[in-house]
Amino acid sequence: MADDRDAGTHGHSHDHAHGHDHGHAHGHDHDRTFQPDLEDTPPSESELMAQAMKELLVEKGVLTADEIRATIERIDGIEPSLGGRIVARAWCDPDFKARLLADGTEAVKEFDVDMGDAELIVVENTPARHNLIVCTLCSCYPRQVLGLPPDWYKSRAYRSRAVIDPRGVLGDFGTTIPDDVAVSVHDSTADVRYLVLPLRPEGTDGMSEAELANLLTRDALVGVTLPKAR
Amino acid sequence: MSEQRTHDMGGNEAGEVEFTDHDLAPWQKEVFAMRQVLGSPDRQLIRVDELRRAIEDLPEEQYAMAYFDRWVRAVRTLVVEKGVLKDEEIAARMEEIRKARLDA
Repeated sequence: MADDRDAGTHGHSHDHAHGHDHGHAHGHDHDRTFQPDLEDTPPSESELMAQAMKELLVEKGVLTADEIRATIERIDGIEPSLGGRIVARAWCDPDFKARLLADGTEAVKEFDVDMGDAELIVVENTPARHNLIVCTLCSCYPRQVLGLPPDWYKSRAYRSRAVIDPRGVLGDFGTTIPDDVAVSVHDSTADVRYLVLPLRPEGTDGMSEAELANLLTRDALVGVTLPKAR
Repeated sequence: MSEQRTHDMGGNEAGEVEFTDHDLAPWQKEVFAMRQVLGSPDRQLIRVDELRRAIEDLPEEQYAMAYFDRWVRAVRTLVVEKGVLKDEEIAARMEEIRKARLDA
């Protein structure tokens, strides 16, 4: 399967005009398994490695513990609702939408989002095309607007199948895309991150931008589900 | 065409997507933050693409490990490669911490 794969630094898209539906749509509880308290278990090799490197880097003055703390606080502060606010603005403000689609990296600066090393490409769902995001090679994710990725995004099943059986993967999420709607799969890289701009759902005409933002979940912005008017 | 490498799993057969999720342990967040701080514009010691390369170069048995277990090993490879830390001093410090934790 690796024939024409390019492990380089450019994003590439796979188009799937046809697919098949899986009949096993099911709801998905996002079970949360909490980590045991640190004191309860002996430290793993990985944890020791992390702590050892952090201590040494601090001692040598390469970085400071404060920088690590501040970075963790910033990461913890990014919620998927930020992506939701960006999309809701695009639904309400055609000029912003045009800017967002033309140059996502630049447009999200209006929300104080700094994409850092990466470029943000916003892909718009249309009545003829649905978009899905994956990172087959690792787990690149638009964390600057959605926070850290969920476990399933990093899973072997999602990474492997999203590009070969996107409609089946969507079925795992209980999402059915009609056969006459194309599904485009966007494979992220270290340098290129994607965000889905879903179609504004029917029945939301009177809603404010803030109300619309509340309809947008993380999963809808990755393209595995569709937003619904509540 | 070269052989397909471990990380390059796009298009492979695989099971259903499982919807588990868990909070990151403090050390996992620290690894994530360490990479970001080391990659800051003023340092540029570990870029995202370098991290990815180091993760992809992990031996298969390490690639099969959990997500941040791979990350921490890749960060170690890179700080050693770049001469920021020595591998032996990391190993020695790990032993010290292990002993201290056992004694605690």
